[in-house]
Order: sequence, then C-alpha cells, then structure tokens
Amino acid sequence: MDSFIVISLIKTVVVFAALLGTLLYLQWVERKVLAHIQVRPGPYRVGPHGLLQPIADVIKLMTKEDLIPPYVNRPLYLAAPFIAMTMALLPISVIPFGPTIEVAGYRTWMQLTDLNIGVLFVLAVSSMGVYGIALAGWSSNNKYALLGGLRSSAQMISYELPLSLAIAAPLLISNTLSLRKLVESQEGGILHWNVLHGPFPQILSCLIFLIAGFAETNRVPFDLPEAENELVAGFHVEYSSMKFASFFMSEYANMITVSSMATVLFLGGWVAPWPAKYGSSLVPAILFAGAGAVALYHGMHPGRRRDRLTLPVFGAAFLVIAAVFLLPVVQQWLLPLFWFCAKTGLVLFTFMWVRGTLPRLRYDQLMGFTWKFLFPVAVANLLVTGFLIAWFS
Amino acid sequence: MDVILFLIFAVIAVVCAINVVVQTHPISSAISLVGVMGSLAVLYLLLGAEFIAAAQVIVYAGAIMVLFVFVIMLLNAGAESKRGRSFMAQLLGAPLLIALLGLLAYFVQRLFPRSVAVHFGGFTHGTPLDIGRALFTTYLLPFEVTSVLILIAILGAIVLARKEMD
Repeated sequence: MDSFIVISLIKTVVVFAALLGTLLYLQWVERKVLAHIQVRPGPYRVGPHGLLQPIADVIKLMTKEDLIPPYVNRPLYLAAPFIAMTMALLPISVIPFGPTIEVAGYRTWMQLTDLNIGVLFVLAVSSMGVYGIALAGWSSNNKYALLGGLRSSAQMISYELPLSLAIAAPLLISNTLSLRKLVESQEGGILHWNVLHGPFPQILSCLIFLIAGFAETNRVPFDLPEAENELVAGFHVEYSSMKFASFFMSEYANMITVSSMATVLFLGGWVAPWPAKYGSSLVPAILFAGAGAVALYHGMHPGRRRDRLTLPVFGAAFLVIAAVFLLPVVQQWLLPLFWFCAKTGLVLFTFMWVRGTLPRLRYDQLMGFTWKFLFPVAVANLLVTGFLIAWFS
Repeated sequence: MDVILFLIFAVIAVVCAINVVVQTHPISSAISLVGVMGSLAVLYLLLGAEFIAAAQVIVYAGAIMVLFVFVIMLLNAGAESKRGRSFMAQLLGAPLLIALLGLLAYFVQRLFPRSVAVHFGGFTHGTPLDIGRALFTTYLLPFEVTSVLILIAILGAIVLARKEMD
C-alpha cells in the first residue's frame, strides 16, 4: 500500500513534468514548423536554433504586469483561466503511454491510473473545458471577448456530437471503455489498429475525430473564437501575464490530449507497426542514427557560421540516443514510449501543418459543415460499423 | 474516507443549490447549477455508479448547462433587481415550507419503512456493460419512447422557431 502511494506520486511528478516540458517546447516546434512552411528560419536568436526561446517567453510572461481591467466580473474573471487550465491538464492522468514495466523490483503501468470509463472521463473533462473560455469571454465585459466566448461555446457544443460518434465506432470494435484495454485490443501490428481493423476500417471516423478535435481545441481552420482580424484576440483579449499564458497553455494541452486520444483510439497507442521479430525494435535507432548523420554532414558543410559548432553537437546527441535505443535494459519501456510519442507527434505535426496551410472558415460554413456533413457521416459510419460487427460476430 | 468525501460534496451540492435561488444574476445561478451537477456526479461515483457519474457530467454539466450559459450570454441578461416580498409571502412562506418538508419526511417514512442504509461502493452493477444491457432488454420500450419524445420536442422547437422567423 505504501509503495503504491510512493510509486503513484513519482509517476505523477514524472508525467506532469514531462507534460509541462512538452507544452513549453511544443510552442517552439510550432513556430519552427510554421516558419519553415513560410520559408523563413523562425526563432533563431535565443540559444542555438532558438532552443532557449520558450524559457525566455516564460520569463517574459511571468514578469509582465498582471492587470485586471475595471468593470470585469471579478470572481468569474479570475476563475476562468483556472478552469481552462485544470480541465486541459486532467485528461493526461488516464492516457496510457506504455505497457507494464519493472523498475527496481516494482511492477507498474506506464499510465497514472486506468479507469474502466476512461474514454468517458476524457470526454467529460474536456466538455467542462468550454466553461473556461465561455466565462472568460463573458466576465471580461468586452464585446470582442463576449463574441469570442459565444462562438466558442456554440462551436464546441456542435462539434462534440460528431466527436463522440466518431469515438463510439472504434469502441464497438475494441469492446471496452478502458484506454489501457483499448490499446491491448490493438496489439499485433498495423492491421490490428482500429484505423485499419476489420470488419470495417475506421478511416472515416479517424478523420472525423481529427476534424472535430481541431474545432474543439479552437485551432485553425476553426479558430473563430480568437479570430484576430475581427475580434482582436477573442475571449482572452482582456487577459495579461500568466492569466493569458494559462489560456495559451490550455490550448496546447488540449492539442496534446486530442492527439494522444487519436493515438490510443485509432493508431494503436504504444504498439509498434509490425512485430519486434521483424525488426520494428531497430526502427528508432535507425531513425535517430540517420538524423545524427544528417546533422553531422550539415555541420561539416555549414550554411551559417554558428552551425559549425551547434550541428555536430546535435548530431552527436542523436547518435547517443540511437545507441541508447539498442540497449536491451531500457528497450522494454523506451520502445513503447517511442511509438506512442512518434504517433502523437505525427498528429501534433498535422495540427501545425494544417495551421500553416488552410485559411479560416466563415462562421456559417463552420456550422453548416458540422451539422450537414460531419454529423450525418459520423452516424452512417457508426451504423455501418455496428451492423458489420453484429454480422461477423 | 468515503464518508468524508460524501459530506464534503453533499455540503457543496446543497450550498450550490441554495446559491442558484439566492443569486440575482442568471450567470451566477447557472454556474451554481453546474456545481450541483458536478457534486452529484461525485456522489454517484461514491455509490459505485461510474457510468451514471460520467453521463451526468457529460450531458448535464457539459452540454445542457453550456447551452444555458450560451443563451444567457446571447440574450445578455442583466442582474435582476430585488423587489420587496408581498405581505402574504412573508406571512405564509416559512410555515408552508416547514409543512411541505414535514409532509415529505412523513411520506418517505411511510412509503419506505424498511429501507436499508446505503453502503459506499456496494453497488457493482453500474458499469457501462450492465447499463447497456438493461437499456436494450428490460427497459427497451421506455428507452425508445423517451427518444421519440425527445424527437417530438426537437421538432416542436423547430416549428415554433420557424413561426417566429416569418
């Protein structure tokens, strides 16, 4: 019992430290990806390749003056960032990162806790997240903020329907609501992942889930709640300093939640694309070794003067990581973690890619799209899946 | 542990419920109602009905109350002014309330004389599997009738809204 509490505490600290670190650097990655889409270098001044930029941003946000405008509804104005942040950070506690591992004689799961209603828990918590945005918009006593809050609540209610229906279809195949069992039911390679699983591959519902996830996280092309060219900044226009930062962080935490839910529901969680006996355990080592070799090559032929020093260091670090992936001692927990992070990272990259590519929708297009297209398609997909599963079982 | 949690959330639920009535601004009342729904969900969870708890949060706190807040924000409803209560309300209010509570207590005593004490987590049939099976076998007809009723309500709302627009 005591060891259970200690292990849980350690796991909580590790998971939340990793989550906050990811939040910090996700924003750097996004700025870099957007910059390269637009053919410019992106953050480059603070640290090598701008790697210290997120830390500089945090210091800037924390030391900024934290002003509360007059005529706001004070209790709700102060509570809104807390609600948004809490509801964005909670779902990570049920996401499974890997199978059971053994550390220093103790066996434990690479997951904070497994609920038998894990999927419903994530849905419930994320459906509460809209209060943070809606209340921020209303309590600011500002017409732009109010419009942003209104748009956000209407949009989130509408897109929650196709989202839930898209989640229901893979649940029919896996026959469980526990996220851990969901991943276990997809073991054995890419053809067993729910996105390609028989009797009816869930490609459609995976796409619907991702599109609705974009809308739930208020991302481009569904970022009307904060459309800066008409609403200044939308619901968080009156927030400054750390209060603004908590809305910013909750958006990124929601992105991570949606991506990891897509990984767990459709892309097989921590399961490798093909079994280890055909060499899937060598993939991360090869990838990192390749990245290291590329970095070393560019270090030899530097494009900028500073690259002569930084790129060889990065290359050496990648080669060390590649070597670590070959150690049998760490493979049992590092490989599942790698596959989980790779899939989640791929979905996160899609988020950024879409942001760099698509223009914003008009408001009537946004509503018409979900009610007249996404919702019927999601219902049809669920019906076909249900009939086929009843037919084949 | 369970008892402490029960007490905390029962108190929160009651305080929020009173707050719904006492607050003059509709948004504050709506937020208090969300508090009631949330603490009720925790009480369901304590009793071992995890599916009902999740459904309570998703449906009531996450969807219906968001719609309430949305409508209040859309209409931009302001705080209500407190008017003086009428003489009859002042005179009869408290005695009638006590009489109602007394009657309720009396009927609960009479109708459920052999009710047993509730044990936390003693109920183990609250899983999604059990609820789904019950809904599609024992309670199939009421379930379907309810969904038809909701469909009629939606159609009625559309008809009423169309009349407004013409």
